[in-house]
Amino acid sequence: MDFSFTEEQSMLRDTVASYLADNYSFDQRRAALKAEPGWRPQVWKAFADELGILGAAFSEEQGGLGGGATDNMVIMEELGKALVVEPYLPTVVIGGGFLKHGKPAGADELIGKIIAGEAIIAFAYAEPQGRYTWSDLKTTAKKDGAGYVLNGHKAVVIGAPYATHLIVTARTGGGQREAQGVSVFIVPKDAKGVTTRDYPTVDGFRASEVYFENVAVGAEAMIGPEGQALPLVEKVMDEAIAATCAEACGVLRQLHEGTVEYARQRKQFGQPISSFQVLQHRMVDMFIQLEQSISMTYMADIKLNDSDAERAKGVSAAKVQIGKACKFVGQNAIQIHGGMGMTDEMAIGHYFKRATMIEAAFGSTDHHLARYETLSLGKAA
Amino acid sequence: MNLDFSPEDNAFREEARAFLADSYPKALREKQERGEPLGKEDYLSWHRILAEKGWSAPSWPKEWGGTDWTPTQKYIWSEEQARADTLGILPFGVAMLAPVIYTFGTEEQKAKFLPDIRDGKIWWCQGYSEPGAGSDLASLKTRAERVTGDDGKEYYIVNGQKTWTTLGQHADWGFFLVRTDPDSKPQAGISFLLIDMKTPGVTVRPIITLEGGHEVNDVFLDNVKVPVENRVFHENQGWTCAKALLAHERSGIAGVARSKRGLERVREMASTELADAGGSLLADAFFKRKVAELEIDLTALEFTELRTLAGESSGKGPGAESSILKIKGTEIQQRLQELALEAAGHYGAPFLGEGGHNSGVGPLHSIDTAGDYFNGRKTSIYGGSNEIQRNIIAKMVLGL
Ligand SMILES: Cc1cc2nc3c(=O)[nH]c(=O)nc-3n(C[C@H](O)[C@H](O)[C@H](O)COP(=O)(O)OP(=O)(O)OC[C@H]3O[C@@H](n4cnc5c(N)ncnc54)[C@H](O)[C@@H]3O)c2cc1C
Ligand SMILES: Cc1cc2nc3c(=O)[nH]c(=O)nc-3n(C[C@H](O)[C@H](O)[C@H](O)COP(=O)(O)OP(=O)(O)OC[C@H]3O[C@@H](n4cnc5c(N)ncnc54)[C@H](O)[C@@H]3O)c2cc1C
Repeated sequence: MDFSFTEEQSMLRDTVASYLADNYSFDQRRAALKAEPGWRPQVWKAFADELGILGAAFSEEQGGLGGGATDNMVIMEELGKALVVEPYLPTVVIGGGFLKHGKPAGADELIGKIIAGEAIIAFAYAEPQGRYTWSDLKTTAKKDGAGYVLNGHKAVVIGAPYATHLIVTARTGGGQREAQGVSVFIVPKDAKGVTTRDYPTVDGFRASEVYFENVAVGAEAMIGPEGQALPLVEKVMDEAIAATCAEACGVLRQLHEGTVEYARQRKQFGQPISSFQVLQHRMVDMFIQLEQSISMTYMADIKLNDSDAERAKGVSAAKVQIGKACKFVGQNAIQIHGGMGMTDEMAIGHYFKRATMIEAAFGSTDHHLARYETLSLGKAA
Repeated sequence: MNLDFSPEDNAFREEARAFLADSYPKALREKQERGEPLGKEDYLSWHRILAEKGWSAPSWPKEWGGTDWTPTQKYIWSEEQARADTLGILPFGVAMLAPVIYTFGTEEQKAKFLPDIRDGKIWWCQGYSEPGAGSDLASLKTRAERVTGDDGKEYYIVNGQKTWTTLGQHADWGFFLVRTDPDSKPQAGISFLLIDMKTPGVTVRPIITLEGGHEVNDVFLDNVKVPVENRVFHENQGWTCAKALLAHERSGIAGVARSKRGLERVREMASTELADAGGSLLADAFFKRKVAELEIDLTALEFTELRTLAGESSGKGPGAESSILKIKGTEIQQRLQELALEAAGHYGAPFLGEGGHNSGVGPLHSIDTAGDYFNGRKTSIYGGSNEIQRNIIAKMVLGL
């Protein structure tokens, strides 16, 4: 049994950590989010050129460094620690995932662009009515000659304002919530008929409502089999969730450490508040939540290569743990900071906001608990 | 044991309901529904309408404009206001300061301040906390030194910093705890001063909270000259006022009626949101269970509050039991905000932003659910944190 990282992965971690330490302070982040465009293309460029991390999880034939999901997780945890908003998850993990597993025509060329930092992807899957049912789609893709015409409205598409490409789920057949008939397309964001309404999210990202009005794409825009792409979507989503769990571990670590540090320094009643046993035990419980989250994230990573059912079960279990930990650790971090925890000025609140949004990202705790139940106990039980 | 409402109570409920339906400003309601930030005039407009009706200070003695309502009527009134989704009256003047003035103040102070508080003519803020004195309030350091002015009158010269001053940016006056005797033990040597916020040397600086709002402030006091007649009660005995005020601060904090309405809203929200399995979110086993549990906890809180109220009407003041109401009341409010955010799903993420520029994104009921959730974390921190409330119960009730 071995839970340690390879030498390459450790180096990767150190590279990312030291770059972020120098270039991604809380104040630098804050200034960037307040200004337009709300992220830093130069950081992305540095990821591509200086650090070379955008290729870490792609094979060498594709121009990458030959890593995989574990490398994504190593990177995501560091990105979580610094609350990085640059779109590694949608571009490399999700975009890269669809290109790797779906193998559409032109995949290698686009992967090349991702690695070079030239292509940025946002994943347009959610719809206003759909909640966390990925197959609940009103967006349609109708066959038109050799290609397709897309119509629909996608909700809260994270990173869409800065994306060059959108990966879109749409119906090529079947009823609104059916598993059959789900297809996936890659659409240049500047395609005719794509409009967006952009806005910031509470955790510092930029997102859009994306509207497709008679957007014509060629046959090569389709990723995966026509009408049968739901398993592909689930696989990529599970990889995204596992990566998000890793990000959460970074966020949780900062929430916990920041709180312990603060409690040691903050004095009330003539002593550090860390000397009050009720707070000590709370911080111990936060620590336990963090450790359990790390364990479950490793577990999910290992299960990513398992059968579909095992993978899904492992990922949902991890997401449940992470969701609970995000709530417990986040809320208590604020509580133990007292009034200071409520301020925009302190980093702690921003970690809490990200943690809270992670709870709901790609399915809430209840959603994944239900998914786990179904997978583990069967529908009838 | 009798929880029936008398015919008089029912008639009062009708009257209250009709008054709220007729008199609550429509523009204000619409602003609330859109989640827009409210300004000073928004809060005051409703206060003044209530004052005209004679209902702005229900808990005061009759002679100063109280209503002489029974505890049951007060309870009905808070229920009806919650049902109608009205703004509450700001507590600082009416609920917190006024009882201190009519209990401890001079006749001049009563005559000068109580009518204006009742009528919503003065906006008050609470200057208790300091950067180094939060939970340990008695360690406050703001100094007030007594001097004789050129005019031969006596003044305090006040120097120090207050913080977390809620809505201090709008305040005309503030009530402050200051140290008048640095040599005695912490609770002694504190005085209770009323300070005109326009006095030279008072500076208010915004603190932005994590959801992006401007609700709290730092207040800097730099050689602020305060006439001695603005001190309530004896010099160095302000702690007596401070404690009395905190008991009142806590007694309204359970917020049962508001939480009941909040629960209804969550139900409404969840009945239009779709669950994963199809059907409404309210029919979802997990969500339904959480709503039911919350409703039961809210019932427990409601009956605990009713028992406290019954105790008060039979002459017991608000005691350490109010700490139970504070703890459970705020926990329930926070859980309601959690459920609303959960029900919002993806549309919990958009940032409403200053000025509400996002109000077009997602259904109306989802707008700023995250903002409410983040802002709501304050309730277990302020008014004596929930940890401090538990310490109070441990000490005062359990004798530990
Ligand atoms: C079923 C059973 C089997 C056992 N078997 C063995 C055995 O085989 N050999 C053996 O030697 N002993 C055995 N024990 C004894 C066991 O180790 C003691 O019960 C244990 O150490 C607790 O001591 P106590 O019961 O005196 O409780 P106390 O020490 O009196 O503690 C009472 C409570 O106070 C809490 N407490 C105490 N100190 C603190 C503190 N500083 N901070 C916060 N909370 C505190 C405790 O957590 C506990 O909740 C057994 C006990 C049980 C119940
Ligand atoms: C939004 C907001 C509005 C406010 N409005 C006002 C206002 O208008 N006027 C005003 O005067 N003040 C106001 N306050 C201040 C509020 O009363 C204080 O924040 C509160 O008393 C806690 O103090 P603190 O923030 O310094 O936290 P600290 O006292 O530093 O506490 C930090 C943490 O330690 C815990 N802790 C401290 N001591 C103990 C102990 N002995 N045992 C166990 N745990 C302990 C606390 O519970 C908390 O979790 C406001 C605060 C907020 C957040």
